[in-house]
Amino acid sequence: MADLALTLFPANARRTGRKLLRNRAFVAGAFLVTLVFLAIFLAPLLAQYEPNRMQIRMRFREPSAEFWFGTDNLGRDMFARVLYGGRLSIEIGFWVVMLNAVFGVAMGALAGYFRALDNPLMRLSDALMAFPSVLLAIGIAAILGPSTSTAVIALAVVYIPRTARILRASVLVVRELDYVHASRAAGAGDWHILTRHILPNCMAPLLVQLSFVFAYAVLSEAVLSFLGLGAPPTVPSWGILISEGRSYIREAWWLTVVPGLAIAITVLGLNLLGDGLRDVLDPRMKIQQE
Amino acid sequence: MLAFAIKRLLHTIPILAIVSLIAFGMIKLVPGDPAVVMGGTNATAAEIDQIRRNLGLDQPFHVQLGAFYWNLLHGDLGNSLLLNVPVTSAIIERLPATLWLSAYAMLLTLIFGLATGIIAALRHNTWVDQAATTLALIGVSLPNFWLGLVMIVVFSVHLGWLPTSGFVDPAESIVGFLRTATMPAAALAMLQIGLLARITRSAMLEVLRQDYVRTARAKGLPEWVVVMKHALANAMIPIVTVVGLIFSVLISGSIVIETIFTIPGMGALLGNAILRRDYPMIQGGLLFVAAALMLLNLLADMLYAYFDPRVQVDRDG
Amino acid sequence: MSDALLSVRNLTTAFATESGRTIAVDDVSFDVRAGEAVGLIGESGSGKSVAALSILGLLPTPPARVLAGSAVFEGRDLLQMPAKELRRIRGKRIGMIFQEPMTSLNPVFPIGEQIAESLRLHERIGNEAARKRAIALLDRVGIPSASRRLDDYPHQLSGGMRQRVMIAIALACDPKLLIADEPTTALDVTVQAQLLDLLNDLRRETGMAMLLITHNMGVIAEFADRVVVMYSGRVAEEAPIETLFDAPRHPYTQGLLGATPTLAQTEARLRTIPGSLPDPAAPPPGCRFAPRCSFADAECSAARPAEISLAVGHRAACRRTDATKNWQAA
Repeated sequence: MADLALTLFPANARRTGRKLLRNRAFVAGAFLVTLVFLAIFLAPLLAQYEPNRMQIRMRFREPSAEFWFGTDNLGRDMFARVLYGGRLSIEIGFWVVMLNAVFGVAMGALAGYFRALDNPLMRLSDALMAFPSVLLAIGIAAILGPSTSTAVIALAVVYIPRTARILRASVLVVRELDYVHASRAAGAGDWHILTRHILPNCMAPLLVQLSFVFAYAVLSEAVLSFLGLGAPPTVPSWGILISEGRSYIREAWWLTVVPGLAIAITVLGLNLLGDGLRDVLDPRMKIQQE
Repeated sequence: MLAFAIKRLLHTIPILAIVSLIAFGMIKLVPGDPAVVMGGTNATAAEIDQIRRNLGLDQPFHVQLGAFYWNLLHGDLGNSLLLNVPVTSAIIERLPATLWLSAYAMLLTLIFGLATGIIAALRHNTWVDQAATTLALIGVSLPNFWLGLVMIVVFSVHLGWLPTSGFVDPAESIVGFLRTATMPAAALAMLQIGLLARITRSAMLEVLRQDYVRTARAKGLPEWVVVMKHALANAMIPIVTVVGLIFSVLISGSIVIETIFTIPGMGALLGNAILRRDYPMIQGGLLFVAAALMLLNLLADMLYAYFDPRVQVDRDG
Repeated sequence: MSDALLSVRNLTTAFATESGRTIAVDDVSFDVRAGEAVGLIGESGSGKSVAALSILGLLPTPPARVLAGSAVFEGRDLLQMPAKELRRIRGKRIGMIFQEPMTSLNPVFPIGEQIAESLRLHERIGNEAARKRAIALLDRVGIPSASRRLDDYPHQLSGGMRQRVMIAIALACDPKLLIADEPTTALDVTVQAQLLDLLNDLRRETGMAMLLITHNMGVIAEFADRVVVMYSGRVAEEAPIETLFDAPRHPYTQGLLGATPTLAQTEARLRTIPGSLPDPAAPPPGCRFAPRCSFADAECSAARPAEISLAVGHRAACRRTDATKNWQAA
């Protein structure tokens, strides 16, 4: 694993880049993710209507040239609502990834590097992983009360132990490499060794894991929102859109189907991205722990 | 094998202790006064007081913790505020529907997940492989509750083939069970089919290029024996490592799926408890599920030992 | 050569690679007569294993593909045979043992089952009878207290023991031909010698023919009646064993003999051939050995050399056999 982790070193960066561009999964994933991000961030330019503008005479319009994704029970343009709604989903996913990158890495690095910390940290992560992931997130969100930060915290708590495990495994390998021993013999301190020598070599599995965490976070956030545990802000997220559409499932299928497709495309893109990264950077990594 | 099982069971005890501590601590995380939150906006001071006393929230912390563990050891997970019955009896009452549904979903998972993975591996790098791989990836990318809703749109609303909700116990009517449980089970199974197909494909690809597969062919064995006996028996070893994951996904999924299809199971029970802030129910339900999952993981470990003779079952696995 | 048990003619096998098609076995012909031990020798990458696996249809297709040739065994071409009939010959009429005893046995089945499976399939005998035969076979290949080891798993056996089990599997149905692909390479020296003795004994007892694939001249010397030398996918030379050692005519064979450490000669400096095997994706034109050959002239690099018959059973694919006549063993 370690020598593969080295592929992220600058000297090999160009070769790795070429390999990624030749990897079909990566290219397809990058395309889908870029598409989704562009649509979401350019929403004000792309959408004809405000997401919350009610046009009461335009209720329940089927998808058409004017309303690409149809309109809802209050005559609101679903195209605008789906694009704007994606912002929240992506934002939550982003923060979950960030928290994973900080706390998952810290937890994994400490457990992998300092033997004394390994057992307590890993027992804690075992205990957290003993709960089914989405269920734990639901439980935490239910107890903290619905809000955006609740969703972020709940999902982060669920995935951080999993990220930590993967990082720990890499650290355990890398820390036994010759140059780490050499560096230690040369009198380098733990902090220096950890941040300068070990962590850079764990980037490949981390990157792969984070892209999957992003995918899971978007998927799980939808479940939280659907259950009414996400935030109810002015612009609802994809999960809330589905939950709202469910009431009109007999009259207006598109209210349910379209936001779900948006989730599916985003998650598919992120999964493809993760698969591609894994194939190129870390081919020996097994199927992810959830 | 028995000694192995007991040993693994003992290993889970410390984890179970932390798990229960997390479940206990959760209620302390409720912002503000849990009794007020649970009482809702219309509760009188006396009612809130009652809730507080019922939950033992008026007791000092160590007394609460002690009582929690004491009750836990007696199989008492507290009382549901909403249903006014013990959490355990509520769970046990709702368990059969969830178990039937899970078993159905698991069956679908095994059939379609293994088949897709095996076929993809055998037709490696052909359009069949491409199609199977893509389908598996789509499977792990679809929100399962959305898939359930789409199925309702198609099969109930438009085609009118299946009812949108309800549940018939298979003991009463197999046909009724199949009519009510097929859509929820399929929606539940989709993600796991994708997961299983992906791991099966990669495990089979790995195994099929091993020397012993060539040996099996050199013996003149028919191809299906080579694949289904010699290759699959080895591929099962990595495959069973995701069994725990599959159970976990199944349990998580059942909350939303049972809610959507109004199936009177444990998932719907928990879903409802979450919406109504029935904290003892949430706490007890989570703890029960975590314990059940640990037991299932134990089962997965034993399966692993069963499939891999190199695992020393008599020693510490 | 109508008395041949196996007659391989013009066998050509290619692999599809990223950069196009690579010919691994190029127009190879040889015979194995009943009861005869033929050695197929060459460096790794010379195509000797691929040739053997092609004959039995054991190469993964794709990427491998047999492009041309025939392999007539007991009067029928194995390469044209329907898969179902070929399976009836594999394991029954032709047994095969492989290089890696550590990985060639299935780790999740007891060794007894792996032997009995073959018997049940080809001899249509019941479980009990198959088990009894398996015990006898294990006993025959020199596994002590065979009846107790029947239910052992491969990981409980040493490498040498595993190779004995492989031999037992290959011999289960009394094959007429045993193909042994580097059967001793992965084992340590003392075990190698024991296994070679065992194979020799078994061959004498059963009268089966044997195709022994190896890169080791020492093994060939001990074993083969006749030797086929392969280089870069082609047959370089074929000769009876004495002729090969006394009067090799292909410069590659000569180099190979110079590079062979015998037990008496371990300290002597090995005379190795300069250069290395050509890249199979871009082989040199003409004679493949020409770039490394001290006898080669311009014409050698221009056209593929024809096979020259030098004596009965002795042929070499070399234009300069006249020049290589005065060879002295190192």
